[in-house]
Amino acid sequence: MSIIHVSAKKQLIGYAVMLLVFASVPLLVRAGILTDFHQNLLMYAIIFAIAGLAFNILLGYSGLLSFGHAAYFAVGAYTVALAPQFIQAPSYEILLILAIISSAIVSMAFGYIAVRLTRIFFAIMTLALTQLVWALILKLYWYTGGSDGINVKAKPLLGIPFNEMMSRPEYLSSVFYYYLLGVFAVSLVILWLVVNSPFGKALLATRDNETRAEFVGIRVRLYRWYAFVISGIFTGIAGALFAILNGHVTPEQADWIFSGDIVFVAVLGGFRYFEGPIIGSIIFTFVKQYAMGYTIFWRLILGAVLIILILAFPKGVIGSVETLVSKLRPAPKQITFPAPPTTAQAREDINKKLDKR
Amino acid sequence: MSEREIILETIDMKKHFGEVKAVDGVSFKIRAGEVVALIGPNGAGKTTFVNIVTGYYNPDGGKIYYMGRDVTKASRIKKIKMGIARSFQLVNLYDDLTVLDNIRIAVLSRMGKTSIFWKTVEHFNEIKKESYEILSTFGLAEKAPVPAKDLPQGERKILDVAIAFALKPKVLLLDEPTSGVSSKDKHAIMNKIIPAVRNEKIATMIIEHDMDIVFGYSDRVVVMYEGKILAEGTPEEIKQSKEVQEKLLGVGVSAAGS
Repeated sequence: MSIIHVSAKKQLIGYAVMLLVFASVPLLVRAGILTDFHQNLLMYAIIFAIAGLAFNILLGYSGLLSFGHAAYFAVGAYTVALAPQFIQAPSYEILLILAIISSAIVSMAFGYIAVRLTRIFFAIMTLALTQLVWALILKLYWYTGGSDGINVKAKPLLGIPFNEMMSRPEYLSSVFYYYLLGVFAVSLVILWLVVNSPFGKALLATRDNETRAEFVGIRVRLYRWYAFVISGIFTGIAGALFAILNGHVTPEQADWIFSGDIVFVAVLGGFRYFEGPIIGSIIFTFVKQYAMGYTIFWRLILGAVLIILILAFPKGVIGSVETLVSKLRPAPKQITFPAPPTTAQAREDINKKLDKR
Repeated sequence: MSEREIILETIDMKKHFGEVKAVDGVSFKIRAGEVVALIGPNGAGKTTFVNIVTGYYNPDGGKIYYMGRDVTKASRIKKIKMGIARSFQLVNLYDDLTVLDNIRIAVLSRMGKTSIFWKTVEHFNEIKKESYEILSTFGLAEKAPVPAKDLPQGERKILDVAIAFALKPKVLLLDEPTSGVSSKDKHAIMNKIIPAVRNEKIATMIIEHDMDIVFGYSDRVVVMYEGKILAEGTPEEIKQSKEVQEKLLGVGVSAAGS
């Protein structure tokens, strides 16, 4: 479940390095090595990475293909866009918490229905439920602005009115950038803990063998529902960040095509790897941007890439790199035991076995 | 033997599938530490019996008592938590997970830890230790870091039983633990399983077709035929029974007796 089977410690060090690289991007822009445009794209990529990581709790760790993650993304985004009309929000955190609550409520309800199904039926159910959100956003135009969407202003962060202290581009590329990075880091750590926890193991058990999971006492549907809600909440968080970054939310964020983009991000990077969606999201965002610049048929290009990917690299970018590395590197001859046997009996047993060789 | 506590008892248990009476009034007892073989031709109702006891099917009639309590209506999960565990004829493993994790998940579940999502699994050192102990009991400690799908068939069968064993059950129902492996491997499997369950005094019921295994490892043999119990007794008594020989064993007995 990790790149080239590295230990948890090395994995976390890897994430810290990645975060440092991201954190240094504004400096690289200032130095003229990268442009504002690159940084802006990276921000979108980080947001989709959160959504992709959350989505992958279902696909990668529960074996459930959700084709409706746009719903929770849109709920998060629209919460941030709409809530200021109804309540006083002196800081963005209040909106973020509301987005978490609303996406949790929606994913609890949708998940309750969807986890009754598996495989293609699960995918179709999640797709259908998402269309519900999309239709509501489109039809409740007196609140949502219909297909025009709603503009979202920059917000004070941590109670400090940065939005009044600087221009919007400045706000986005400085304070909001680091804020976004902070939320990404926290999400990354929480989701990493989830998949490496006893709960994560139980999820893997339900993914690999539902019958066996049940016969060791795991409540399969309940655990899938938990996973669904965790996944929905973090997708909602991504949506809430998107609302500020994009400055505008539209029904497109609830569209099934957008659900497909989230699937794409995970499959592209490698859904069997925790980090897969991060890599997938960065590649996807940049390729999409440049493809869009080239031709109006950019979806065709993305589609072709997806087909090639699934046929030639079913393990995604990370999986293919791993295969390549393990081919270039001679396999280690000896398997080391992660932990020594604990009782005298166990030790004796193993020694006996080794003597036989 | 008979003064030991009765762990599981069924009274007049029935299960019909349409016209077919798969299980037709089975009354059965198993005591702590006993190893009982359940034999019978295909379609005799052996697996259906296990499926009813473990809560996979609801019975159409009769009662199930577990340690004196009526558990006829108890859910699958409840029965597992109480201490009724099973293995499968066609092994049910987590193929992509390591052998260690296959066991560890059962231990975590037994300890009620599977809802913990804020600590990594490596945090639970005592659970890892216990998982290794179980693996070494079954001779699988060396295979701990290997994905379950890479194990040879015989070890897959053992791992399937070991997962059920890791739940620390009071009664263990093993559905053909030696099917699908060579006869040499059959004994290797039984030589791992039987000492382990005897050591823990687990009431163990084994569905088995191989008469060598049945007579070699069980204290008592129960013969099912067309949904009913045809005969019951020690391996010696069953070997001698004319009725059993006619209806079931045929050549099997001479092979076992030779």
